[in-house]
Amino acid sequence: MTAQKLRVAITDDEAPARSRLKDLLEDIAGTLPLELVGEAANGRELLDLVQAEPVDVVLLDIRMPEMDGLEAAQHLQKLEDAPHVIFTTAYDDYALKAFDLHAIDYLVKPIRLRRLHEALLRSRSLTRLSLDVLQSIAPEPRTHLSVQERDRVILVPIAEIRFLRAELKYVTIRTPEREYLMEESLSRLEQEFASRFVRIHRNCLVAREFIESFERESGEGADTRWLVSVRGVTEKLPVSRRQQHVVKALGRNLP
Amino acid sequence: MASIEQNTRLNFLPDFRNLGVLLRVLIIVSLMTLVAAALKTYTLGDWLESTSLLAALVSPLTILSLLVLAAVGPWLRRLDARWAVALVVAIEVALCAALLRVVAHVPLEVAEQAPARYLLFTALATLAVLGYFQLRSRALSPAVSEARLQALQARIRPHFLFNSINAVLSLMRAEPRRAEEALEDLAELFRVLMADNRRLIPLARELEICRQYLALEALRLGPRLDVKWSIDPGLDDALVPPLMLQPLLENAVYHGIEPAAQPGTVTIELRHRQDKLRIGLRNPYRGEVRNQSGNRMALENIRERLQLHFDAEAELSTHAGDGVFEVTISLPLMKEER
Repeated sequence: MTAQKLRVAITDDEAPARSRLKDLLEDIAGTLPLELVGEAANGRELLDLVQAEPVDVVLLDIRMPEMDGLEAAQHLQKLEDAPHVIFTTAYDDYALKAFDLHAIDYLVKPIRLRRLHEALLRSRSLTRLSLDVLQSIAPEPRTHLSVQERDRVILVPIAEIRFLRAELKYVTIRTPEREYLMEESLSRLEQEFASRFVRIHRNCLVAREFIESFERESGEGADTRWLVSVRGVTEKLPVSRRQQHVVKALGRNLP
Repeated sequence: MASIEQNTRLNFLPDFRNLGVLLRVLIIVSLMTLVAAALKTYTLGDWLESTSLLAALVSPLTILSLLVLAAVGPWLRRLDARWAVALVVAIEVALCAALLRVVAHVPLEVAEQAPARYLLFTALATLAVLGYFQLRSRALSPAVSEARLQALQARIRPHFLFNSINAVLSLMRAEPRRAEEALEDLAELFRVLMADNRRLIPLARELEICRQYLALEALRLGPRLDVKWSIDPGLDDALVPPLMLQPLLENAVYHGIEPAAQPGTVTIELRHRQDKLRIGLRNPYRGEVRNQSGNRMALENIRERLQLHFDAEAELSTHAGDGVFEVTISLPLMKEER
């Protein structure tokens, strides 16, 4: 294994920061066999890059537009053979404290040659990051959910999701186009996206912005229940008895 | 400690040409009139009547006083503090006496009473108002040094410093000349940040600082950062608080440009409107603002310094909506006296 080159990818939204890292990696290549696999300007590009070619180590900036480093790292963990992540940041007090607490690898910019060298050497022996820890550090909810399908990780933008429904050990993600299956807990998702989704049933979260109408469905006898119609999909979702207050609260804001 | 002495003398008498000072004087004097009338009456009707009678004397006296003080204010402020106070009291008593003589020809209740009481009341009221301004300037002056301290700690984000140094490092090998220039800009910027920033500076100087700052940001952000300037002619020597625009630009870049994947434009307008300088700054904005507390701190800092320099005559307002965040500042157009 030692003879094999370390495959490294760089992720930073600032071009000068990327070129500085390239310079440093070239310097290190003399003593530590490595290969620069590619560069990405944000988390999404990195996920594409990592899935196109095998990567051992990712140098990942935290503050980036589109998808930041903390979210990208979470999606990376869904990969079968996730690369080791070394976060880089110019100044981010909050994240650094959390990294220290959970023994997560990071480098502060400007990055010193020796520190980078040490971090790369260490990277072979380190275990993978815990998804739970990353989620607890990330200050903001994710912009995408990630789904594993046939060895690939697919990103589903949060803004397109109509509802999330728990079924056995999976959560079904519904967008107007299709359904995806994901292994995450519904209550966890409810917490993370509390401002966007509302729980209408023990097993179902609906995106508030797409709720179209509520209608009453009368069953046998006095047993009636509310159904929610959601823009863009045909399913009607039942509201459980315990969540009926949601109908009242949201019904008021409907046109 | 010459500078401190200078400072106290500068603050001893308020600037009677300042709108905020005028308003404060009017409000305090009106309140005093109400209280004085209340002291000698028992029913609501009597109180109102007594107030209006007193106001017949007090209102013209206040307005006359403010006119006179506005005229001789700059000269008074150059005197020793004790002399200045004594003179202000003398001016007030003299004006009151003159008014009482005029009122004596009019059949008013006030004129029939002993004029000495009114003269004494005027002297005491004058001392009370001056005392109020003295306390106020004492309460505010530590804020000046605090604002200066904040200039060192919070005005430039550490995030910007380290990212800039990182960008300069990346240029070292390939483009040493640009690296040199960038380091010079950085040094200049920090020289200003660490200087004594209590005095107003010409706008041209502030704009130079802004351009140096933007040159450093352009290094990192490249084509993502687009800046549009629009400056009315003849504003170069207008006086502004130092580091008033630069932190606003920094906010605009941090909240408007950095989080966006697409290139964005920051627009800066400097307008000459009558005797005011109006500054408008706009940047793209995506609804949710990251690290809002940092943003608010910078704005509060600028608002406080504007208040210290111009009292009620300067104004800072913000507006967010339609994907644009806008800061508007309006301050009196002052030029250096030569």
